[in-house]
Amino acid sequence: MTIELKVNGTLHTLDVEPDAPLLWVIRDELGLTGTKFGCGIAACGACTVHVNGEAMRSCVTPMSAVAGAEITTIEGISANGPTQVQQAWIEHQVPQCGYCQSGMIMAVTALLKTNPAPTDADLEQAVTNICRCGTYPRIRAAVAALAQAQQG
Amino acid sequence: MPTRRAILFGGAAAGGALIVGYALWPSHRREDADRLDAKGDERFVSNWIKIATDGTVTVVVPHCDMGTGIFTALPQMAAEELDADWSMVRAEQAPPDSLFANGALAEGFILSGQGLGREQIPAFLRGIVGNSFRTIADFMDLQTTGGSSAVRFTGVYGMQVTGAAARELLVKAAAARWSVSPDACVTKNGRVILSATGKSFGYGELAAEAARYSPSSNPKLKSPTEYTLIGKSLPRADIPPKTNGTAQYGIDVQAPGLLYAALRIAPVFGSKLKSVDTRGAEGMRGVRKVVKLDDAVVVVADRYWRAKDAAASLAPVWDEGGAGNVTSASITAKRQAALKAGPFDVDQKIGSGAEALSGGRVIEAAYSVPYLAHATMEPMNATAVFRDGRLEVWSGTQDGLGGRAHCAKVADLAMEKVTFHLMHLGGGFGRRLPNYFNFLTYAVKTAMALPGVPVKLLFTREEDMQHDYYRPNVLSSFKAALDKAGAPLGWVNHYTTEDNANPEAHLIYGIANQEISTTKVTTHVPTGPWRSVEASWHGFFIESFVDELAHAAGTDPVAYRRALLKEKPRHLAVLERAAQEAGWGTPLPPRHARGIAIFECFQTIVAEIAEVEVADDGGLTIHRITAAVDAGTTVNPDGLKAQVEGAIIFGLSAALHGAITIDKGAVVQANFPDYEMVRLLGCPAIDVHVANSDGPYGGGGEPGTPPVAPAVANAVFAATGIRIRELPIRDHGLALKDRPSAIR
Repeated sequence: MTIELKVNGTLHTLDVEPDAPLLWVIRDELGLTGTKFGCGIAACGACTVHVNGEAMRSCVTPMSAVAGAEITTIEGISANGPTQVQQAWIEHQVPQCGYCQSGMIMAVTALLKTNPAPTDADLEQAVTNICRCGTYPRIRAAVAALAQAQQG
Repeated sequence: MPTRRAILFGGAAAGGALIVGYALWPSHRREDADRLDAKGDERFVSNWIKIATDGTVTVVVPHCDMGTGIFTALPQMAAEELDADWSMVRAEQAPPDSLFANGALAEGFILSGQGLGREQIPAFLRGIVGNSFRTIADFMDLQTTGGSSAVRFTGVYGMQVTGAAARELLVKAAAARWSVSPDACVTKNGRVILSATGKSFGYGELAAEAARYSPSSNPKLKSPTEYTLIGKSLPRADIPPKTNGTAQYGIDVQAPGLLYAALRIAPVFGSKLKSVDTRGAEGMRGVRKVVKLDDAVVVVADRYWRAKDAAASLAPVWDEGGAGNVTSASITAKRQAALKAGPFDVDQKIGSGAEALSGGRVIEAAYSVPYLAHATMEPMNATAVFRDGRLEVWSGTQDGLGGRAHCAKVADLAMEKVTFHLMHLGGGFGRRLPNYFNFLTYAVKTAMALPGVPVKLLFTREEDMQHDYYRPNVLSSFKAALDKAGAPLGWVNHYTTEDNANPEAHLIYGIANQEISTTKVTTHVPTGPWRSVEASWHGFFIESFVDELAHAAGTDPVAYRRALLKEKPRHLAVLERAAQEAGWGTPLPPRHARGIAIFECFQTIVAEIAEVEVADDGGLTIHRITAAVDAGTTVNPDGLKAQVEGAIIFGLSAALHGAITIDKGAVVQANFPDYEMVRLLGCPAIDVHVANSDGPYGGGGEPGTPPVAPAVANAVFAATGIRIRELPIRDHGLALKDRPSAIR
């Protein structure tokens, strides 16, 4: 069967199974490899994308659940140069190996949309992604700087 | 530590031309390098340094990128001695070719010790060199990234020396143009300047001429007081592509006609495939082939999820050999028996050794740590194609040249028939070092079964966690005798090992009588290096037991260590700095307590102080870790801080949660819910203080890990009186308050 999917503003008609995971469709069908595979069970957040603007873990999201939805990936938010979140990531020298950072940035970007000035506690509750390199202190610092900028 | 000058001369005597020849290639090798790796008008001036006519300096880095910042730190070291214009400096990955084998690594490991001998070879390299000491030439095939070695060996023995040598050649070329002595010239910001007139040439204008001269084997190095780049927190060039999804990891490789492979590896280590009915899987959508290997079944399909689903549908039958009944309990019993009865090999005896125990009050304790997985965020993977008798492989490994050699061996091909593309690593931590390349083996064997077709083989998280090479499960027992004042008279330590005695069991403390012995116990569970290697267990054992001695003596744990470090000014300074920064001894809120630990590994000294809170209901919160670090001369202080922060969190995940257990011969844990990690919630505030030290260059990636487990355990003792002698901490009735109210 075919499923329609809008990814980063482009509409795709895809011949995939309804239970095909969104993550692998994004990576293997569409060749957008910025979204990463980490655990396959929504436990680590490396695969976080936006579905109609909300952060979602794509590794357990079946295609049937997102037919007709608007998907934004790390490539989508980067299309017009670095966003404020990405700039803060560079300024605070956040990434180490970098593998989890697409998911982190997508999760933080979604949080800031609904809560532009999150506290540390807000951030810790909302972003539960795993980083094995241990970049959490710098993620906190980067988000605190973004929150501060919001509050002027 | 010998000076580099002494090494260049001394090396010639000890190892012949190999050592001298490594640092500075003869001209024909520069031509080979130009052919292999120079693009456009670039010229190799010395090894690892290319200069183009527009003045761009490219530093070729013989390491992988796994996030430690060495693609900035190593160019900083080369550019410092070269007097390059930093804005014109680029870094590039060295091709996995023997021409770019990292001789500096060999030099560092062999010569930075007190003498020649395999005792100086770190654990992670032991398997590579085997049990006998081999020639330096054997080391020359290395491009390994591990052992916190990039800065202290590649940087010190390679980058600085070749940067200085290149600078001398550029000066020679300019002096010849002006018909003056090289002494009449100075260098600054990528230019050679004639002192008398102020006239200058850019390095780009001189590179081709400079490359015609033979480099000196003993270039003059700067005094640290002259440094302008070393010691600066320059931003990392690898970071921007890691924020927008463009950095390419092994898992991201794409190729025309690419197929995807998922696998089922025999759950019990050492098992063989007996039989498998492949008919069902072969009929599933997209499946192209089912490949039977010795100890695995691989399904190749047109999309990864189809390969994975088909692999999951298989019911392979395994011949488990003799290990099908092994459990963690049976392994522990075996180790306990050996630790009780021996046989023991005495690794170190100082003074009267164990006899000193009779002279004082004896304190005893037994400790253990569990197996640990690496759990890199990017699961193991490799892409390979076997076409027209040649093999091409893409993967992220901690050794590109070693990866290429491994693939050649698996495919039974000559090295020249194998191309290896080293990708970014989504985490390494020791997992992707040579000897631990099971993912390359499976990928190459699968590609050989489908000639002409590129195949990307990817472990699921479950395969990754259950087919690792684990940080070993280690038991250690101590006896110490205290004098009337509580000072240790004697120290006796027995521990289990899978291979050799561990230098990390040796104490930094001045104790007059010591006896340290090992007993060897092996099991069917594969083991390997895990961030900080042997220090990851001895740090916990030693620093916890020293804390026990301090409490038995009724002495403050910082004061107790201070007294034992009288003869070690650098260690003492690190201890005092951590204590001062953490406010050791100052009042804390109710139920809060502090614990300290100090450890040296990879030539770097780190002290950490944990501040914890244990609520009345047993809820444990880690509020803050304060670290003081002496890594000698620091190339990039912010980079070092980032590494120590990360090393602390890596160690903390293991200390609080980490345990791989065995049942029916196989690993029980399969994914993150049962092998849990510290996340943002639960991650303490971390303050890292880098000492300004004139000590030798120390490692950066690993030394932050060992002190965190004992610092936290010692703080828990201070808060509760519960002495944690077995990790992880969560097994001691303490509830970790680090889970969000709802994990999505």
